[in-house]
Amino acid sequence: MQHAVEVIGLTKEFTRRKGRTRTRVRALDGVSFSLGRGECVAVLGQNGSGKSTLVRALSTLLIYDGGSATVFGHDVARDERAVRRIVNRVSVEASFFKRLSAFENLSYAARFYGLGRSQTRGRIPEILASVGFPVERAGAPMQDLSRGMQQKVALARALLTSPTLLLLDEPTTGLDPRSKREVQDFIRQVHAVHDTTTLLCTHDMAEAEALADRVGILHRGRLLALEDPAALRRRYGAATLEDAFFVATGRALEDDIEDDDEEAA
Amino acid sequence: MRTATGALRYQATALLGVVERNSYLVKRYGWWELAFFAWTVANTLTIVFIAKGVEANGGTLDVERETASLLIGAVIWSYLGIVFEILTETVAWERWEGTIEYTFMAPLPRAVHLLGMGAFAVLYGVLRTAALFAVVAIFFGLSFPDADFGAALLLLAVASISFVGVGMVTAVLPLISPEKGAQLGFIAQGLLLVVSGVYYPVDVMPGWMQAIATISPATYALEGIRAAVLDGAGVGAVWGDLWPLLVLGVVAIPAGLAVFRAGERYAKRTGSLKRNG
Repeated sequence: MQHAVEVIGLTKEFTRRKGRTRTRVRALDGVSFSLGRGECVAVLGQNGSGKSTLVRALSTLLIYDGGSATVFGHDVARDERAVRRIVNRVSVEASFFKRLSAFENLSYAARFYGLGRSQTRGRIPEILASVGFPVERAGAPMQDLSRGMQQKVALARALLTSPTLLLLDEPTTGLDPRSKREVQDFIRQVHAVHDTTTLLCTHDMAEAEALADRVGILHRGRLLALEDPAALRRRYGAATLEDAFFVATGRALEDDIEDDDEEAA
Repeated sequence: MRTATGALRYQATALLGVVERNSYLVKRYGWWELAFFAWTVANTLTIVFIAKGVEANGGTLDVERETASLLIGAVIWSYLGIVFEILTETVAWERWEGTIEYTFMAPLPRAVHLLGMGAFAVLYGVLRTAALFAVVAIFFGLSFPDADFGAALLLLAVASISFVGVGMVTAVLPLISPEKGAQLGFIAQGLLLVVSGVYYPVDVMPGWMQAIATISPATYALEGIRAAVLDGAGVGAVWGDLWPLLVLGVVAIPAGLAVFRAGERYAKRTGSLKRNG
């Protein structure tokens, strides 16, 4: 059976500069896992554990040093264009042209995926409404929208291109509880209604448990375990995922290892 | 056949997406556009008045011809500067807005991406420059009865291709060095301004600067356009400026693309795609 995602022995190192000193930091250390079609897998890890590096590698934004990764049979390193057509991503930062409106940001982004005006004119308001975004604000500059609303537009942008693999890199971090719940509900809905495979990187235990079929623990670039939440708790003899994480890594999830986003030099 | 048509349609849609996005940005930064335009008009007037100033100070020169020559230099440089800047800022702008990863992970071929930036730059540059020329011409009441505007436009069109290519090369600098790349782009643009004979003949410069001028497309564009507009030189007469521009254009675009792709691979290997300077 073909996996939706198959990652084997993925390795990535970065050079970190501090003054004149250069050190090599291993962001991914032989990570291997697979995702079935339509499955939602959450990867738990502290800041700096390698979650963002993994997401970037799968979305063709990083060239990994070793190992292999395929998305629906397409090699991520060798067949970038095919992978890009079927993958989209929502990251912790909403990442938009801030003076442009939600409609304008979604409109040009859709063109990059080959969607013409006739396909997006009606589709954009429709998809914005489906994520709970007030459509009457679609013409307002992104900088005038709340963080929660911006994140909903980010979800809409990802779904507009009908990705078969959705990469979610801490999509609810920094959101107020209500926005967080709305975004989580929508992720659940996408998972239930569409045939989308989802990789969710988070450090929110409750989110992982609520949304994912299986949960993995990534620590210092190594994937320590990947099982359904109950099996994970059993494996570490823990009552909660939080305890399981602590037993597995010796650290609390809130502790930072290093800034995952500033790993390069 | 159907697949080829589909691929072509996709690439045309994606290219128009780049143009569409930049048009939205121009619209949303309308007051800044107005401010930049007013500044360019003021700057151009300041330069073009130099010839009248020299005469007023007792110098002897053909004021009308010098005024027209300076006007051509200022207007053409304004156009080429716009084309160059828009290409150069391809990466820097997106990194500043935080959208760079989303653009680079889209199935948008890099050639289409950069050529879309080039197409927008030419379109925007033509509109801005035409408006600039119209405003400045009102101040000086210049007429060009002998001008061969067809030859001048041909030279400008061919020079635009070279500038898009050179812009692609400098666009890669912020990818390689987020901290210093954008600054190096400005330095490159300044170097082209100095050596290309924008406001003076190239042969007044030291030999080493004249040597650099031979590889600047702006040198040939300005020489040829001045000959076409001031002396009425036709395509045959400006061939000496046209063929180097054609050669530079043919070399610059593939070279620019190759350099950009190499820079992108470097950024993806080192993780500097996202990193801010």
